Amino acid sequence: MSGRELFMAAPAPHAHVGADVGRTMRRVQLALLPATLFGFWIFGWPAVNLFVITVGASLLTEVFCERLRGCESRLWDGSALLTGWLLALSLPPWAPAWIGALGGFIAIAIGKQVYGGLGQNLFNPAMVARVALLVSFPVVMTHWVAPLPLGSEGAPGFIEGLRITLGVVPVPDAVTSASLLGHAKTELSRGMDLAQALDAAGGTLSAWHGARPGSLGETGALLLLLGGLYLLVRGVIRWHIPVAVFAGLALPAAVAHAIDPSHYLPATTHLASGAVVLGAFFIATDYVTSPNTASGQLLYGLGIGLLTWIIRSWGGYPEGIAFAVLLFNALTPVIDRYCRPRIMGRTRRGAPIRATQGSAE
Amino acid sequence: MGILDRFLRAAHFSGGVHPDDHKRPAADAPLRVMPPPARVYVPLVQHIGSPARAVVAVGDLVKMGQRIGEPQGAVSAAIHASTSGRVVAIGDIVAPHPSGLPVRGITIESDCRDEWCELEACDDPFALDPAEIGRRVAQAGVVGLGGAAFPSAVKLSGGLGARVELLIINASECEPFLSCDDRLMRDRAAEAVDGIAIMLHATGAREARIGIEDNKPEAIAAMRAAVAGQARIRVEVIPTRYPMGSEKHLILVLTGREVPAEGRPSDIGVVVHNVGTAVAVRNAVRFGRPLVSRIVTLNGACVREPGNVEVPIGTLAGEVLAFCGGMRGDHDGPARLLLGGPMTGMQVPTLEVPVIKGTGGILVLDAAEVGEGDGGPCIRCGDCMRACPVGLLPLEIAARVRAGEVDKAAGFGLADCIACGCCAYVCPSRIPLVQYFHHAKGELAARARGTQRNETIRTLTRAKADRIERDEREKAEALARRTAASLAAASEASAAVEKAAAGTNEESGACA
Ligand code: SF4
Ligand code: SF4
Repeated sequence: MSGRELFMAAPAPHAHVGADVGRTMRRVQLALLPATLFGFWIFGWPAVNLFVITVGASLLTEVFCERLRGCESRLWDGSALLTGWLLALSLPPWAPAWIGALGGFIAIAIGKQVYGGLGQNLFNPAMVARVALLVSFPVVMTHWVAPLPLGSEGAPGFIEGLRITLGVVPVPDAVTSASLLGHAKTELSRGMDLAQALDAAGGTLSAWHGARPGSLGETGALLLLLGGLYLLVRGVIRWHIPVAVFAGLALPAAVAHAIDPSHYLPATTHLASGAVVLGAFFIATDYVTSPNTASGQLLYGLGIGLLTWIIRSWGGYPEGIAFAVLLFNALTPVIDRYCRPRIMGRTRRGAPIRATQGSAE
Repeated sequence: MGILDRFLRAAHFSGGVHPDDHKRPAADAPLRVMPPPARVYVPLVQHIGSPARAVVAVGDLVKMGQRIGEPQGAVSAAIHASTSGRVVAIGDIVAPHPSGLPVRGITIESDCRDEWCELEACDDPFALDPAEIGRRVAQAGVVGLGGAAFPSAVKLSGGLGARVELLIINASECEPFLSCDDRLMRDRAAEAVDGIAIMLHATGAREARIGIEDNKPEAIAAMRAAVAGQARIRVEVIPTRYPMGSEKHLILVLTGREVPAEGRPSDIGVVVHNVGTAVAVRNAVRFGRPLVSRIVTLNGACVREPGNVEVPIGTLAGEVLAFCGGMRGDHDGPARLLLGGPMTGMQVPTLEVPVIKGTGGILVLDAAEVGEGDGGPCIRCGDCMRACPVGLLPLEIAARVRAGEVDKAAGFGLADCIACGCCAYVCPSRIPLVQYFHHAKGELAARARGTQRNETIRTLTRAKADRIERDEREKAEALARRTAASLAAASEASAAVEKAAAGTNEESGACA
């Protein structure tokens, strides 16, 4: 037992809290599961197919890139799976297979691996892919369908779903629809009064329970909120980013709506629609691309919320959270530079604090 | 205690971690005293500072407590025989160090009688001059027993040159698995308090506060009972959080005050000593007894009888383990052998390393306790930053170190890192952050030495150049002077002639 070969030197500490990257990823996936299943249910087989294709493409791309770079495979930590998953949640649920495949490839290859893999990327890979698809294929990417729950009348069966996904049959016109934000934007541009337009669209209420047109990730807002709370409780994420995103979006929206309700959507509608919940809890909080300190995270979240509101209110796209996240991803290094914790025994500026010699009382 | 004080003491540090403490059942087992082993291997350096010099020869008979190593330099400590017997070797022994490399030490074969040499006792330590207390403590080779092993006399007798108002006794014992201080307080509370009173006297501090983490209720009760009647000594219960035992953090929690960066506790009138050190100081001052043994915690899933043992310095770890029933047979087997706690302790390659003054624990951990797992790249989760009790950004420092930019790492406060290991403890990617920081600090130190050497060389070269230049200048000047002198002489002569001539003119002029 006293043989010295028995113990190979390892650095202190010789204890570990037990966390690993895989566990974190699994927790995020668990948090996404209810909303995802709900999305599958209301959008039926084509949505399931798209999900499988997007995730599959992400995983394949990851393996391919790892081979190419000749590095050890990190497939099992679940980060590529999560990227594909988040991307799938942000696509139109009936989008054709090639969108999912191309998206998965862009997310992993261009969003992540070209930077050097996990932890090295500047931008959130899923959002890189989503935005790339959106600007390249705006028509397909804004082709929403009305909810058609599994088993309900007119919902495509498995084979029919496959044919839709593979683009063999076109998406029937009868089921296509505008998302709430898209609808508002169109109506506004036609000079309609928002309040009336929204009433006609069923108001904001449907946004919360999710049975409305939109991506998988925006329909189950309540379930996503639940998942986000789970992440908070588990300590996977902290409150600063989500709360700041909500505040950054809701505050200007509330003010603008109070001043001119015919042109500005109310804060509740903003919060409940689009990918705000998904974005605030699951995308803006991406460790790699968000600031580290609490103050930095608040700043970053507020910025994303505000920019989202600006894009939605005046920009060319009905939804802006993906753009907002990407822009603030780019600002993260700057935010990190200016928001640093105070070092013990030093002032904020880094000079040693003054010794207060004297009474120990 | 003033209201302000109360308020300030609510202060706490941010960061820190809560590892499972694994203190029991070892902490609850009664303290045992280990008889001298057949041989002790006493290293000549057991403290921060320069090694001691051997003052015995092979073949000498020594008594227990006899001085065998003479301190060298200002920060050094005397070494004493931890048993009576014969010196059988002076030379290389396995160092209690991860490298397993040898260190100079004295091997004594015990006669198993533990005969003390003549000791200089003192009935009333409080009548002694503080300087005399410092001398006795130095004589006894007492070093801080909390792990850092800084010679205690230097800190006690105002060697740091500052006036001390408050004496803080570090009894937090925040490292998981260790319970030597806990056990010491439970079993020797009166001795500890006596030692603290002597330290108060020696430092001239007005009061002493004993900081004990709230996971040691028995020790708290024992110490409370022991300080009853001592108006200037108080027991303070503090939250259990690692690294509470770091001097600066303990001071912050107990006083609400921060030690300035690059400074020392004495800068704010505080001095911190470990509670075990207090007992050693007492023994040194009252009985003249040198530090020849210490309490060591034997713990870890692989140890058959975990507990605390008073061990003669120089006893091999393996023999202490054997004294505790050896290794458990029904177990998967050990994953790591450590001296000290799991957060800052060091892994050693063999059980054939001696216990030294700073050894608080011998841990034989299994894989589950070590928390082995696979690593990966940094995912910038920020857990390390939140765990850092100093307010550093370990991920940023590590990224700079990895890129070889140690200067930039230094810009992120590398020098303020106390190597507590909280960051690496929480890192999901198991990045050996502390190792990075050690490496970078080493590199910076080496570079500083290099710069210094270059500076010295440059100074010398410049001095030489200056000297040559000066010599030449002087030579030239001398030459110039000589030439000038001869010229002057010549011109003076001619001037005189001219003057003479002119004088005639002037005179004539004047007459005109
Ligand atoms: S804890 Fe580890 S993975 Fe997380 S930011 Fe720090 S170094 Fe990176
Ligand atoms: S080892 Fe250094 S950087 Fe890491 S937590 Fe401790 S003080 Fe902070």
